[in-house]
Parts: sequence; C-alpha cells; structure tokens
Amino acid sequence: MSVVEDNININTHETTGVVVRFAGDSGDGMQLTGNNFTEATALFGNDLATFPDFPAEIRAPVGSTFGVSAFQIFFGSENVTTAGDQVDVLVAMNPAALITNDKDLVTGGLIIVDQDTFTDKNLNRAGYKSNPLEDGSLDAFRVMKIEITKQVVEAVKSFGLSHKFAVRCKNMWTLGLVMWLFDRSRDSTISSLKAKFASRPEIANANVAALNAGHAYGETAELPAGVEIYKVPPAKVEKGLYRNITGTDALAYGLIAGGQLAELPLLFASYPITPASGLLHALSAQKKFDVMTFQAEDEIAAVCAAIGASFAGSLGVTSSSGPGISLKAEAISLACATELPLVIVNTQRGGPSTGLPTKTEQSDLNQALFGRHGDTPLPVISTSTCADCFDVAIEAVRLATKFTTPVLLLSDGYVANASQPWKIPDFSSYKPFPVKFETNPDGFSPVNRDPETLARVWAKPGTVGLEHRIGGIEKDYVTGDISYDSANHQKMTDVRKAKIDGIAKFIPRQEVDQGNENGKLVVVGWGSTYGAIFQSVKRCRAEGLDVSHVHVRYLFPLPENLGELLGGFDSVLVPEMNTGQFVDVIRAKFLIDAQRLNKVSGQPFKISEIEAAIKELLEAQK
Amino acid sequence: MNAPVENLTFKDFASDQEVRWCPGCGDYAVLKSVQKLMPEIGTPKEKIVFISGIGCSSRFPYYMDTYGFHTIHGRAPSIATGVKLANPELDVWMITGDGDGLSIGGNHMLHVLRRNVDMQILLFNNQIYGLTKGQYSPTSEIGTKSPSTPNGSLDMPLRPCTFALGAGAKFVARSIDTEAKHLTPVLKRAHEHRGASFVEIYQNCPIYADGIFDYIKDKKLAADARLVLEHGKPLLFGANNEKGIRMDPDALKFEVVTIGEDGVTEDDLVVHDETNKVLAQMLAGIRTPEFPEPIGVLYCHPETSYNDDVYEQIKSVRNTSSKADLDALLKSGHTWTVE
Repeated sequence: MSVVEDNININTHETTGVVVRFAGDSGDGMQLTGNNFTEATALFGNDLATFPDFPAEIRAPVGSTFGVSAFQIFFGSENVTTAGDQVDVLVAMNPAALITNDKDLVTGGLIIVDQDTFTDKNLNRAGYKSNPLEDGSLDAFRVMKIEITKQVVEAVKSFGLSHKFAVRCKNMWTLGLVMWLFDRSRDSTISSLKAKFASRPEIANANVAALNAGHAYGETAELPAGVEIYKVPPAKVEKGLYRNITGTDALAYGLIAGGQLAELPLLFASYPITPASGLLHALSAQKKFDVMTFQAEDEIAAVCAAIGASFAGSLGVTSSSGPGISLKAEAISLACATELPLVIVNTQRGGPSTGLPTKTEQSDLNQALFGRHGDTPLPVISTSTCADCFDVAIEAVRLATKFTTPVLLLSDGYVANASQPWKIPDFSSYKPFPVKFETNPDGFSPVNRDPETLARVWAKPGTVGLEHRIGGIEKDYVTGDISYDSANHQKMTDVRKAKIDGIAKFIPRQEVDQGNENGKLVVVGWGSTYGAIFQSVKRCRAEGLDVSHVHVRYLFPLPENLGELLGGFDSVLVPEMNTGQFVDVIRAKFLIDAQRLNKVSGQPFKISEIEAAIKELLEAQK
Repeated sequence: MNAPVENLTFKDFASDQEVRWCPGCGDYAVLKSVQKLMPEIGTPKEKIVFISGIGCSSRFPYYMDTYGFHTIHGRAPSIATGVKLANPELDVWMITGDGDGLSIGGNHMLHVLRRNVDMQILLFNNQIYGLTKGQYSPTSEIGTKSPSTPNGSLDMPLRPCTFALGAGAKFVARSIDTEAKHLTPVLKRAHEHRGASFVEIYQNCPIYADGIFDYIKDKKLAADARLVLEHGKPLLFGANNEKGIRMDPDALKFEVVTIGEDGVTEDDLVVHDETNKVLAQMLAGIRTPEFPEPIGVLYCHPETSYNDDVYEQIKSVRNTSSKADLDALLKSGHTWTVE
C-alpha cells in the first residue's frame, strides 16, 4: 500500500504527500542530489523525512547492482514521520538503479531514466535479459526516457570541461528536472554549489547550468502524457524557526548542550566506524565550544581515554557501533566499578560482526542491557527521531553526571543519517544541572554517596587534600580502600544496583504518544521505529480502531508506571528491527503476553507492515 | 616548577595501605625511589597522578599518597592520555609491566609514545607474568620454562627500548630496580622531559624469575656487563674503564675494544650523543654476552607534546572563529520561519 495511493493521480495536480527516490551509481552523487532537494523542499514548507541508503563500498564498480546508492524523501502537507513505504517518483540513473528499485514503485508511479546509460553492457551488468525501456516490462508505470548524458554534455559545453567532468553534472541536470516537477526553487542549490566549488568557478557554473538546463527541459520539452507538475502544499506545522537536521548533528549539538548545562568540558574520544563516525566528524568541527575530540588508536583506547577524562574532571564521551561497543565492554565495566560519569553512544547497524555496516537495525539492545562482565547495570536510553537526538543526548549527560555512572545511548544508522525539519529549541529554556565537585577534605572518602541518588562524590585530581586512589578491585564501602571482604562485596554490588534502579524515580513517567491510556491494543516501540509506528497507529485510529502508541525512551531502568500502563490493554504489540529483544524484556519484567513483530532486513519498517500486524491482532481478539 | 615542595618528605607520599608485594620483590625498591623523588620534583602533591594497568607492578598507585587510578589490563596509556588531555596541569606517571605494557597493551604503548603525550612511563621488566603465577612474557628469553611453556618458550623476545624507539619515543632510558643512585636521576630526567618519557626498569621477580638480571646486577659481573651512558662521554666500561665501544665504519656495527691494545685510545671510542637516534637504536640493540648492556638515557630529543599541540590548535581555532554561541550553532545552515 502506498502512502499516497489515492492522491497520486496523473490528472490531479494537488496531493498531500509524495515519495521520491534518487538512485544511481555510488559515484553519481545521489546523496548530494537528495540533500539539495531536501533543502529546497524544507524551504518550500513541506514536512519531510529522508532515508539515505548507500552501499558499504565507497566506489563500487560502475553499473553494478551492489554499487547502487539511493536517497529517499517523503514530503507532504501533513505531518511526516517516515521516509514513506512506496515510491511515487523514481529517478534511476542507470539500469542497475532501475532493477534494484522498481519493485518499490507504486503502480502508476513515475520513472525518470537516463536512456543513454541503457547500453547492452550496462543492461547485462545489471542482469537484464532485454531492455526494460523497450520490452514493455514497465507498462504499469509512466516512464520518462531522456538522453540525460547527451543533454548534460550539450548544456555544459561552453565551460570547456573534459567529458568526464561534464558527465558528472548529470545529477544536477536531473535535480533541475525534478525541481520543475515539484515546483521547487533552485536558489538554495545554486548558492550551495557556488559555495562548494568557490575555488573552481568553472565547475560551479557548469553545475548551475546543468541544473537550469534540466529545469528548462521540463518546461519546454514535449513530455509523455500525464506528466505534470505536482502541487504539494506546505504543511501546517507549529509556528517557529525551523531547519533541517540529521540525527548525527542533533546528537552532536545535544552533547555540546549537555556539557554546557552540566558546566563541564567534554572529551569525545572515538574510533572510526560506520555509521557512527559522523558524530566524531561533527564534534571535531566544533572546537570553539568546550569540546575536545580525540581519534584514538582503537575502540578500547577511545573508551579508556574518555574514562581518564572523566576521572580528571571532564565528561568523557565515546561513540561507536555494535562491534566497537563489544570491544569497549571491559572498560565500561571499569567505569561501572569506579562509578565515573561516562556517555557511550551506540549508532547501531546491521549485525552480527561486520554484518550490514551501512544498514539500520536495533539488535544491540541486549548488548546494551547485558553485554558486560559482572553485575554492571547502567542506564540505557534511546533516541526515536533525528530531532529527539538533541534532547536524548542532554538527558544522557544529565544521568551520567547526576548518578556518576556510564550511560548507554542507543541510536541507529537510520536516525543518524536521516534528516527532518526541526523546530529549533529555545536553549535558554533548558534547566542547567551543574556538577558539584567534592572539595572538602573533612570526612572525605572517594566512596561517599549522596543519600538521595546514591551517586558517589566526584573528586578530581588537582584538588588539595583529596588525594585518593580508585580502581577496578573491589573497594570498601566506607573507606574506599581495597577490600576482598565477602560481606562488603555484597554490599557494594547491592548499592551499585540500587543506584541504577533508583534512577526510575528521577525520570518522567511513561506517557501515551497517541490514543487512550487503556483499550484493546497498544503498540510499544523504542528507537527509530517511532515514525512507522506513529503513522500506522494514526491510520488505524482514523479507521476507528482502538489502538494506542507508547514509545519508550528509557530502556533501563524502565519508567515506574510502564507495567501498569501496559496492563491496561488487552494486547501488546512490540515491533522491533531485531528478533525480539525488547519484547522479551517486557514479557520477563511484567509477565505480559506481549506479541512480537520483527524485521531484520536492514531496512526500516514500512507503515503498512505495522498496520497489517495491528489489524491482525485486533481481528484475533474478536 | 622545580623548587622542592616545602616540608614534604618521602613519607608524605606513602599511602596508609600495606604494601603487598612478595618479600624481595624489586618493586619495593622502585617504590622507595619514586617516593623519595616526589618531594624533589616540585609538583604539588595534589597534581600528581599515578595510573597503572594490571599486574604486580600496577598495584603501585595504591601505595602512593597522590591521586591514582588502577585501571584494566594494558589500557593505562589510554586512560593516562585521557587524563592528560582533560587536565594538562596534572603530572602523570604511568606504571606498567612487560606483559601489561607490551603484550595486551602493546598497541596503546605504541601510540602513546608515537603521539608523545606528556607523561612518565615506568615499565617494570621482569620478563615474566607474576600475578598470574609465572607464565612467560613477551620479554622472556627463548627457552623460558614456565607453566604455559613446560618445554621452553619458542618466540623471540621483544626489547622494550628498541620497541619504544621504533614507536617514535623522544625519551628512552633504562635502569635497574635496586640501584637508586642510578634510577633516581634517570627518573628525574624522565620527569624533566616534556613528552612521553619511557623508562625500562630491570626488575627482579624473586618468585618466578629470580636472578635473571644477576648478570648485570651482581657486583662482580656488573663492571663488564653494563655500559653506563653519559651524554658527551665516550662509551667506556670495565672495572677500570679499560674497555670501550668502537664503531666499525665499514660494517656499520659496534665492536668491543680495549684501551691500549692495538693502539686503541679513548679518542677511537663512540661518544654518547643522546640526540642521535641511530646511535640510540644501536645501543638499544646490544646485549650481553657480546656487549655490555647500556643503562641510563639512551635517547632524549624533545619535541612538542601532543597535549600541548592539542591545546595550541584549540586556541588557534578559538582565535579565528566566531564566539562559541550554542544558539547560533542551532540556528546554523538554512532556516525558515513558520508564521
């Protein structure tokens, strides 16, 4: 089922939402094209969500199916929370891009292809037995066959570029055509091209010329029947100042904000890994803030440098994806034992092992909850949307410093790379939570605790009279000296657990995102499934079905009222991009017969998939 | 910085914890030397931090009444790097052993030296795993019999000073656990050096590798087995300084010569130059019985430390960019207003 199935009619100009996918070789510049289109669409005032989907290979062989890079955007006049289920307009720069993407196209959808790339060699490489542009296999769709390569070379002829460079402007020509199709302004793309190629004006001008030529082609060429400009009115959204933001940038800004609210400098130590490296890049570019970044020699060194920084009185933050988090596990247990603040960000990817590095998954929840040696509970929180990353990062800093504990923040490749319009928050409205370092030597012990939170004192080196030693060996509950005493170990283990369990008293109660607080069915999600669950519940409710949506940010400890809340529903459905990790937590913790809906294809849930599961469960109740 | 801290003695640097090394362990002697050195180096006590990994020697921080962090196996260089980056005013001392620093933590050791993070690294080399009860280590000689190598170890040992020089260390020295008169000045030099200072300390394990350094520690053998390095002085050794090291320029290798024999004079000997890396590498490579083993500062060639460079770069970014304004950052890029 398509998001806009009823609206995308070739005779109708106006529609509430459209899904466009740009697909081409990894060297064709599809991500850049998509980002520029996104910007123009955001400026137009549509609500939108994007989904960049690119291969693990940096430059896969030209024309190969595994080298296809795609960028999908769903934009509309109503609230948009996913990148869309089915594609209305597919731009395919070569046969490989067509064969790997046409199955997602809605019946009657529009395909724009560069006819010049449909050579025998390319068709063969993509696996076509005959040319789909000629054999009738695309009859269910509307197809714009354009000799894009030829058009581009002609359009940029006057700039004296080599053939290779001229052909590279193909993506801008195509973007120009798509902008005509949706009545978008080219201004933001033109200014970004001029800025990007400031030192190579001939390249900038050629790209602008290609963009304009593509647009002019739409205006003047004789187009196939039914191809007309789409009208997607601006969305009715809350008043305010907006920008587009990726999850990675929102998380980076949130960490900086958290540091400011805690009045602490940050040391961000990381090691490159897909899809987490973006956070290292983003923070490395913000040295003017109180943020130091350190690219360590490996994952272990990264987490250890962060722990060292926390010991010294900064806030240590480290970041990775699943395989890297595995390597950090021993050090995270050290931070649990020494009760030092630390933030660990896991941008999850398809696993296990190298798995699907550029694809998304939620399969590191068990690792986050249980993946350490010894009894080492720690808070686990998750981010559900790009914009949510900002607040969740602040919350991670708050919990780490308030409770002197490592905090695991679960994001994923989808949230990290996708973008959405963001109502820029008023930072002055955020309540500071300044850290108070211990300075008083009277009665000092490094294991002294706050009676309310059970957090340990934080005494940083450099403080006169508080010289002390910490370490991984068990310590005496009172003095902080090494202790092998069995009763003391029991007591220390108990207090470390009580501290983390007690965090439940300091986090918000679980609220219902959509629907009633009790009823026939609740869909419970966590993380980036938010958008798909939100839309599926919305649709079902519009049909009069009794279904609610609960989205859990705090995965450990769970909100105090969660069990009671879920108990008010006849059925519980937990969609997850794993084989059922959170559903098992719900079942074990609350003894509720929660149902699972799982997907581990490397792709986000489709709205229709969750919708079907909701209907099936409600049907079964009858 | 170098004025002695007033009124403090070595006792002020001894923590109230009972020292729990085996009787006769070389670690006691090193601890004593370090505690005695502390009042002399001029760093206020609260700014001194000892950081260690895992192993016998890594218990060291518990016995120092300074700040200390006993971390996890092999990772002390990384934790220490984080500490120094977060607060470069801290005087960081890292304690490690041959297993901790060169086996499980070999990668971190390589990188802390390469980066030249300002700290003193004391590597206690006893050529054995003590705390896990006597398995051979990466510095054990070939043929070492241990619980895990009952028929003798097969793999070639790593030479710590050669490793450090190869990693790009700017300060490399060697000394001996029980010889405070030699060890203390070497540690002092290591402390004065800004950047990563690597000191290999030959340390006797009386339980699992007793006597392995007797060839160089025994008073009767020492004169012929050790080459005491002094910058600008010829490489002389022997009971009466009658022997020396000469360079064979054709073969590009050292040879042992006797002064007065075959017309050899002191002028023919190699003069120690701490700043000469090629010489340092040759010195790090020579071993008994063919040669005496060098102790002292093999190499000292100061360059700016990583932590200084990091702060310098941050300073220059802050000088050339607009004010750090989070609101402005949030509003960066294209924005639009919904009325």
